[in-house]
Amino acid sequence: MTVAIHVDHLTRKFNELVAVNDISFEIGQGEIFGLLGPNGAGKTTTLAMLSTMLKPTSGSATVNGLDIEHNEDGVRKSIGIVFQDQSLDEELTAWENMDFHGRLYRIPGETRRERITELLKLVELEERKNDIVKTFSGGMRRRLEIARGLLHHPVVLFLDEPTLGLDPQTRNHLWEYIATLAKEKGITIILTTHYMEEADRLCNRIAIIDHGKIIALDTPANLKDGIGGDVITIRSPDTAAIVSALNEPWVSRMERHDGQVMITLQSAEQHVSGIVALLIEKGIKIESISIHKPTLEDVFLSFTGKTIREEEADGKGNMRMYQKMMRH
Amino acid sequence: MDIIYTIWLRNMKRYIRSKSRIIGSISMPLFFLLFLGFGLNNVVQIPGMGENYIVFLIPGMVAMSVLFTSVFSGIQIIWDKQFGFLKETLVAPVSRLEIMLGQTAGGATTAFIQGVIILLLSVFVGLKSESIPGFFIAFGFMALIGIAFTAFGIAIASKMEDMTGFQLIMNFVVFPIFGLSGALFPIKSLPAIIAPITLIDPLTYGVEGIRYGLTGVSQINPLVSLAVLGGFTVAMTVIGAYLFRTIKS
Repeated sequence: MTVAIHVDHLTRKFNELVAVNDISFEIGQGEIFGLLGPNGAGKTTTLAMLSTMLKPTSGSATVNGLDIEHNEDGVRKSIGIVFQDQSLDEELTAWENMDFHGRLYRIPGETRRERITELLKLVELEERKNDIVKTFSGGMRRRLEIARGLLHHPVVLFLDEPTLGLDPQTRNHLWEYIATLAKEKGITIILTTHYMEEADRLCNRIAIIDHGKIIALDTPANLKDGIGGDVITIRSPDTAAIVSALNEPWVSRMERHDGQVMITLQSAEQHVSGIVALLIEKGIKIESISIHKPTLEDVFLSFTGKTIREEEADGKGNMRMYQKMMRH
Repeated sequence: MDIIYTIWLRNMKRYIRSKSRIIGSISMPLFFLLFLGFGLNNVVQIPGMGENYIVFLIPGMVAMSVLFTSVFSGIQIIWDKQFGFLKETLVAPVSRLEIMLGQTAGGATTAFIQGVIILLLSVFVGLKSESIPGFFIAFGFMALIGIAFTAFGIAIASKMEDMTGFQLIMNFVVFPIFGLSGALFPIKSLPAIIAPITLIDPLTYGVEGIRYGLTGVSQINPLVSLAVLGGFTVAMTVIGAYLFRTIKS
């Protein structure tokens, strides 16, 4: 396996706040790699360092075999980026946005025109190529940005929250694009997201990142298997009573949060009737009960003890603080 | 050069499309020229400076439209920052210097065109060309004002977070530069204590240079004007480039 990205003890501090804390990982050529975590976990900071926009405090990394600190231009030529926030010129047409990019990356005229035509076709914007970007919908803009990011044939494509703020239908559509792209072009994709489903569907491997640290790194299947069985979630006003009532050997783990109990166990289907009978016998009220195969949400919960949404609520103050710092 | 051209080209495309901006920035100097010019034409006599006030006013209005357009073009980088487009250029494998020079070239060109429009319109209110070379002298000074103040705008934009400080800069920096430049009155008529202040204002030399080109007379030797404005342009470009290196997206 050829290594596309190699990260070695990378750390970034903003004054006393450690945004990225000593992370190491490796991404192979052609892989779709996901950085999953709540807002403010350090995903964007990691991408900023890998794209040479931000200097690491310590540690090192290479992209396409080139050092991010000592060969900035080499790294920049090797990567394409779709930023979290829109970065198109709204006063220009789709074609002109592409053309500007092509010229910035010094792609010669004839090749430039050919590639722009080909890519606009790929993202289904060919008919709108001479329209001003201002008239485009959110999904169209995203597609145009992805096409633009591919124009200079990067080895690695960075997608920072590519589907943020899009409606579910457009999001699904974009996922298909990304998956097709990776397959057809064989490029390495590193994407950040806080949509568990997105990460699950798209990525070959996922790093779960929280408070600047990688807390788990594996394939989505392995991560979910690591939970150890199925998950039963019971919503009830008295979660503490459930935990003490179900202290049985066939329960591998129980966690309480947010008015519900998450129970991990093998062969949940066989045990569920027993559980219900037991709780009724003890007079514990059940508002709802559900059985499901573990999702990445459960994985996140089991590693951090919190759901990703709870984590975001906590992290908001922190995030604002460091966004402020990044600006200075 | 190709990168500078690319960024210049983008500026031109945006400029040509922004009809309201073109008209908006022509209207102010034009109103000044018409109302101030015709209004005061019979009242104000300036000895040794052409026959009437309106002709005296023309170089000042040309300089004004170049000044305002160029500062605004430079400061526009803040819009690029807010709309995210700046990131696209900053992450490309090009140097900050190339981006800054491209932006300066673009801003200066738009400012220059705005100045030329005022100049052409001035023909209808009484500007008589003394000589063709004179026009080119005026063009040269207009280009210098354009470059210097676009670079000045970029320098400010590099240090500003958002557009909130824009009005402050306009009121406390750009308007004084315009007001003190002798665009509206002959600097010789000022009291001896105030006159030196106009001589620290770089735009004074621009206005006087344009005036020399268009009317053949000026209060400051055109070579002195060229040297001072040229020096200021180089200094602003260097400062602008230096500050732009530190810009955060």
